[in-house]
Amino acid sequence: MSESAEVMTFDNAAAMGLSRAEWDLIEKRLGRTPNLCELGIFSAMWSEHCSYKSSKKWLKTLPVDGPQVVQGPGENAGAVDIGDGLSAIFKIESHNHPSFIEPYQGAATGVGGILRDVFTMGARPIALLNALRFGDADHEKTRHLVGGVVAGIGGYGNCIGIPTVGGEVNFNKSYNGNILVNAMAVGLANSDRIFRSAATGPGNPVIYVGAKTGRDGIHGATMASAEFSDETESKRPTVQVGDPFTGKLLMEACLELMASDSVLSIQDMGAAGLTSSSVEMASKGGLGMEIDLDLVPAREAEMSAYELMLSESQERMLMVLKPDATETARAIFDKWDLDFMPIGKVTETGRLVLLKDGGIACDIPIGPLVDDAPEYDRPHHDAPTRPVFASQNLAGDKSVSAVLLEMIGHIDLASRRWIYEQYDSQVMADTLAGPGGDAALVRVHGSRRGLALTTDCTPRYVESDPKTGGMQAVAEAYRNISAVGATPLAITNNLNFGNPEKPEIMTQLVQSVIGMGDAARHLNTPVVSGNVSLYNETDGTAIQPCPVIGMVGVIDDVATAAGTAFTAAGETIFVVGQTANKTDGWLGASIYQAHYGDATIYAVPPVDLDAEERHGTFVRTHIVNGLITAAHDISDGGLAVAVTEMAMHSKFGAAIDAGDDAISHSWAFGEDQGRYIVTTQDAAGLAAAAATAGVEVTKIGVVTDRQELKFGAADTISLAALIEAYEGRLPALMA
Amino acid sequence: MTLSAMRVAIIVFPGSNCDRDMMVAIEQLTSRRPALVWHKETSLDPVDLVIIPGGFSFGDYLRCGALAGRSSVMHAVLDHAARGGAVMGICNGFQVLTETGMVPGVLIRNAGLKFACRNVDLAVCDTVASPFTSGLAAGQHLTIPIAHNEGNYFADADELRRIEDNGQVAFRYVAGAAFGPANPNGAANDIAGVLSPNGRVMGMMPHPERAMSPEQGGSDGALFMSKALESLVS
Repeated sequence: MSESAEVMTFDNAAAMGLSRAEWDLIEKRLGRTPNLCELGIFSAMWSEHCSYKSSKKWLKTLPVDGPQVVQGPGENAGAVDIGDGLSAIFKIESHNHPSFIEPYQGAATGVGGILRDVFTMGARPIALLNALRFGDADHEKTRHLVGGVVAGIGGYGNCIGIPTVGGEVNFNKSYNGNILVNAMAVGLANSDRIFRSAATGPGNPVIYVGAKTGRDGIHGATMASAEFSDETESKRPTVQVGDPFTGKLLMEACLELMASDSVLSIQDMGAAGLTSSSVEMASKGGLGMEIDLDLVPAREAEMSAYELMLSESQERMLMVLKPDATETARAIFDKWDLDFMPIGKVTETGRLVLLKDGGIACDIPIGPLVDDAPEYDRPHHDAPTRPVFASQNLAGDKSVSAVLLEMIGHIDLASRRWIYEQYDSQVMADTLAGPGGDAALVRVHGSRRGLALTTDCTPRYVESDPKTGGMQAVAEAYRNISAVGATPLAITNNLNFGNPEKPEIMTQLVQSVIGMGDAARHLNTPVVSGNVSLYNETDGTAIQPCPVIGMVGVIDDVATAAGTAFTAAGETIFVVGQTANKTDGWLGASIYQAHYGDATIYAVPPVDLDAEERHGTFVRTHIVNGLITAAHDISDGGLAVAVTEMAMHSKFGAAIDAGDDAISHSWAFGEDQGRYIVTTQDAAGLAAAAATAGVEVTKIGVVTDRQELKFGAADTISLAALIEAYEGRLPALMA
Repeated sequence: MTLSAMRVAIIVFPGSNCDRDMMVAIEQLTSRRPALVWHKETSLDPVDLVIIPGGFSFGDYLRCGALAGRSSVMHAVLDHAARGGAVMGICNGFQVLTETGMVPGVLIRNAGLKFACRNVDLAVCDTVASPFTSGLAAGQHLTIPIAHNEGNYFADADELRRIEDNGQVAFRYVAGAAFGPANPNGAANDIAGVLSPNGRVMGMMPHPERAMSPEQGGSDGALFMSKALESLVS
């Protein structure tokens, strides 16, 4: 029996993750029962991964507009104006499930996929970042997963020659069975030369380029839309295999072709491969598409229509060319030794028609595939209220420096050097500040302008209070961009949650999107692209919710930027955003509380968006005019940890004084929001500028030329001891 | 000859990824844009210096530099070197040079089995007469970044002795300001760069084109390359 004649039943649909209602809708829209290939296409397009069916209602509430926005959500990536007729084009995307099953290839193809999203828009990628979440440091799989993921990210980015300039890593037991691997790519293009994906011109040729199609990754989008279980290991064949060398050739060939004025529209073959690329191109153009599957370059013999359409083989693109451009394009792909194959044409029918072995393997209307994709308003409730943590000291009689020495080696605070030295952070020779600081700073090639880039989320805050946690992720990203002196422009988000069919998980999603939207509106950083990853659960246990923010900012002259390292002894150290008489701090949901306290989930530090904007504007204004010489936002671990990092990144120490009393643990390690540590040569000038701007600043000490930190009158610790603890933690884990 | 009259060719293989960085660095020093030569070329216009840049030529498949070392343009590069022409290979370019035998030894996986991207400190060695070292003082220190997975220099004991005796070691990893062990990859005799017997061909793992200005984190790469270019024109 031929494939197209196979009669599908609801059991087949259920095995592909479709519900009874969705199956009924497919039959109704087709007026008949779908065949295997058609059912596969519906199930992929209606998967959570491709259709956003659980999150769409809430994603629509996010701000997406602003004068800086050149391209908002809906294309391969978002774009913002950075001046001089250039756009920064960027997006973040998850590859969580594949990376747990096969960490090297899962992470590598995550990087490859997000790079294709960016160069598909006509942008040359200039930077990569990543946001990683692993299980408990002591868990038996963690070491293997960290090693594999880091090697995979480096393996792809290093080879293709795009610098990995920043990112973040946390460890928590909720990720023991479901790690998070989110990769962000940033590129540059002329704003009037951005390529989009809507198919145009019936009769125009549809071209397949890149690597051949194999049997890898078949139905990966559906796997990414299901919970994990003990049987997940058996899904290893659904993990794609990356080839960064072919990715490099494809990137160069596409950028060369795009410069030749031949391309009408182009789409990366990412999740759901040829299915989503052909359907999205046709749907956005309001047109149809006819493809002869016998012409698709295949790596293996006798691949079925179903396999060809659902394969997620990497390094492939689909494009619509101008009718007379085929030979120009073919010559470019020949030069780069890549497959180039006209496989079909744009049609006026509004239908996706697939030919195979002389027959019709699929003939379905495109409208229902996209427009009728289910959209659910899943049940959710109010977020739980959390107790405020009242204690100011959990570590007994320990001195601040003794606590600091223990904290600085905490798995969530320790140096990430073991990780980022495996990434080429310098190729392209425009990385001015790489990993290890607040935001990375990458020069716009051939100019004085710079892009500041960061990824941020504090999952324990989101777990405690999803709305404030969503806000805080945006606020922290805003602070990181501001702390180098750059102006925040826009964000891309990666919403990682558990099973949205559970009201408590849906509550996390809804509340954090609301918080994120509030912050993005307030701070004028619209969301221009993003990705949703749900069903991050293993055997019914959900991850700590992790809505990651990737933010891009711009600075006009990179010479005016600041770093986190102290720059000169004798400079005055201030806290921006803190009143002078403050002697305590917010320890609830802090690293200090997690390290020394109980497992209770306490209330998080409040986020004041007005203050964030006021403080951020103050800091970047005075970085650029030179009054502030170094800056660091205060986040995990609080003020003492921020000061320590500034010292360890420099050749200088610091003497810190909180007034006449002994320094309290909560003052040193509290995680009150909206604050920065800054240094200046002109203490009076900074205080005066702060008064003018209505910003609270407090002098807390001076930079010294002694290789030590001093807290109050007599509590000192050598930088060497702190560095040993800070630098030793990850190598010890990975040894 | 002045620096701006220098003719520099940069060989580009599929997978090269430091070709543009090197082009920009050479242009910064000479005010003249070097030629980018695609690997399928079979001849070279007359040039004063051929550079084989870093990257992952042919994906590093088979063995780093192995396929590039046998591509058609390399016959022209070998002819250029045979005529006494100057050739510099950086990182993957160094690997390509060892594959062709233009410089001695081989580069194997880093001792830590991990890619390593960071600053290293180098000492200039007392070498055979060479344009790549003559402008620098023996013992002079340079801080230049590395970024490689296969930079662990290896040669057998006899060959090591021979290249040491001949003054073919151009640079050695030494302790300095950079964080981490002085020798980042386990290289024999801490060798970071070597010369051909006549000093006209040099391969090195560190990337001077990434250390061209203080805002990149240092300008010792510019110092090294400007001295080499000046030696070549004089």
